[in-house]
Amino acid sequence: MPPTDEVLVHARGLTKRFGEFTAVNAVDFDVRTAEAFGFLGPNGAGKTSTMKMIACSSPVTDGDLSVIGMDPRRQAAQIKARLGVVPQTDNLDAELSVIENLLMYARYFDIPTSVSRPRAAELLEFMQLTERANDQVEPLSGGMKRRLTIARALINEPELIILDEPTTGLDPQARHLLWERLYRLKQRGATLIITTHYMDEAEQLCDRLVVMDKALIVAAGTPRELIEQYSTREVLELRIPDGARESLDGRLDGLAERVEELPDRYLLYADDGEHALEAVHAREIPIESALVRRATLEDVFLRLTGRSLVE
Amino acid sequence: MAVIAGSRPSVPSLAAALGGAARILQRNLLVYRRTWRGSLFGSFLTPLLYLSAMGIGLATLMANGARGALGGFSYVDFLGPGILASSCMQSASFESTYPIMGKIMWRKNYEAILATPIQVHHLLLGELSWIGFRMTTMSSVFLVVLTLFGIPRSPLALLAIPFAVLTGLAFAAPIIAFSATRTNDSGFAALFRFVINPLFLFSGTFFPVSQLPDAVEWVAAATPLYHGVALVRGAVLDAMPATWPLHLAYLLVFLAATAYVAYRLLYRRLVK
Repeated sequence: MPPTDEVLVHARGLTKRFGEFTAVNAVDFDVRTAEAFGFLGPNGAGKTSTMKMIACSSPVTDGDLSVIGMDPRRQAAQIKARLGVVPQTDNLDAELSVIENLLMYARYFDIPTSVSRPRAAELLEFMQLTERANDQVEPLSGGMKRRLTIARALINEPELIILDEPTTGLDPQARHLLWERLYRLKQRGATLIITTHYMDEAEQLCDRLVVMDKALIVAAGTPRELIEQYSTREVLELRIPDGARESLDGRLDGLAERVEELPDRYLLYADDGEHALEAVHAREIPIESALVRRATLEDVFLRLTGRSLVE
Repeated sequence: MAVIAGSRPSVPSLAAALGGAARILQRNLLVYRRTWRGSLFGSFLTPLLYLSAMGIGLATLMANGARGALGGFSYVDFLGPGILASSCMQSASFESTYPIMGKIMWRKNYEAILATPIQVHHLLLGELSWIGFRMTTMSSVFLVVLTLFGIPRSPLALLAIPFAVLTGLAFAAPIIAFSATRTNDSGFAALFRFVINPLFLFSGTFFPVSQLPDAVEWVAAATPLYHGVALVRGAVLDAMPATWPLHLAYLLVFLAATAYVAYRLLYRRLVK
């Protein structure tokens, strides 16, 4: 099911403050029905606070927010009935078995067990957990717990699924399996809101995304639009021999739209990387190695949010 | 994915609150299914040990003159209902510390549950119902043991069950409030050492509060256990004090007030 024009989540001037600290500073965005919408940003950018306001688990400090056409300030319980929430850290019920986690969670939505039992069996199948149905939660691997948390979030057949860093801490196999399942959910018409700081995840899953930094939305668009707007089509990565760096002064100028100097290499942003590399050779600039690659969201992300560590 | 089960009316209604509380109770019962045998056995053992050691062992050392101070009852008769009320206090207090804190911060059960239509006051009502349920089974077993010792005087003794449950809840609510403010469990040891255990010793369980100096007597009378012991003992021994409506009112008001505080503190902790 392709994304539609119908707006499912609408935010204008959405703000979250904790005392003096502003976690989300007057952001605007619209999430459309049946799209996968991403929130990218470094730690502390305000992604999770935004998610929690959408999930009605954190009160809006200021601004307008509507979720599935309802007001989180007054209709939190009805909104929650139609949401699936996958939190950043798993909060499964460790005192219940795998299947009980799903059946009990259904009861919190007032869904009778006669309805949730077949649904739970189907979800366990979908998440490849059928064999573990009667096991306790604790011995499960990180990937399995994550899949169970997602299965749990689907037990009420939500229209909107909110995933906060769904694959953080998982190994590559577990991540790919999750991506594939999330893609299938999207194909079935679910709307997904995903926060992540993995750019490959955003490129894989998101139709549109916003980049958040320091409580603000600093860029918005499809992955392709963002790359076009904030990067070039290709990037030439050059490693220069240690001794030659000083003598390089100014010699890379004009070879690319933008040149970024890193401690270990230079990045030349150019629409045609091979062409730029030829020009480097023509100027007889000494290089240790050269790599031409397509620009990715990671380039956009680092340009917008900087390279310094956020801890 | 269009058909949605379980949407609720927006007006916070009593029915929704009771429904939500019932889910929390159901969840705890689901876990209890695995542990109830041990827990019931404990409920059986505690009174048996106390009544044997103190009621029989210690009481034989007491002069018969003690009966006067005990309202004309033997020491076993006096002690049995006192232990019932104070055991409820201890168990309900414990249930309101580590298990609640675990659900707030270690296992984050409440975070998961609050992502559903369940609300904070449903959680609190549910946990109090659960503790009420545990106190009911415990005091029922207790009453059976008291009966084995021939302590209850009349069917009025059955009233000791709701009185004991109420006593437990009057501790559960303020201690849940306390747990909602904690970021580690170090306060719990102090709570038991400096509050619960002294109450156990000085609130009329083992000897009448009237034996205490006046100042201490007033402190004891301000705590819920004192009133709980008075009601439970009155019911078991078919000797309700004339002041029973005051004791009952005290416990009810104390429970309501501390439950409200617990709600506010839980809300502040869980909804940010």
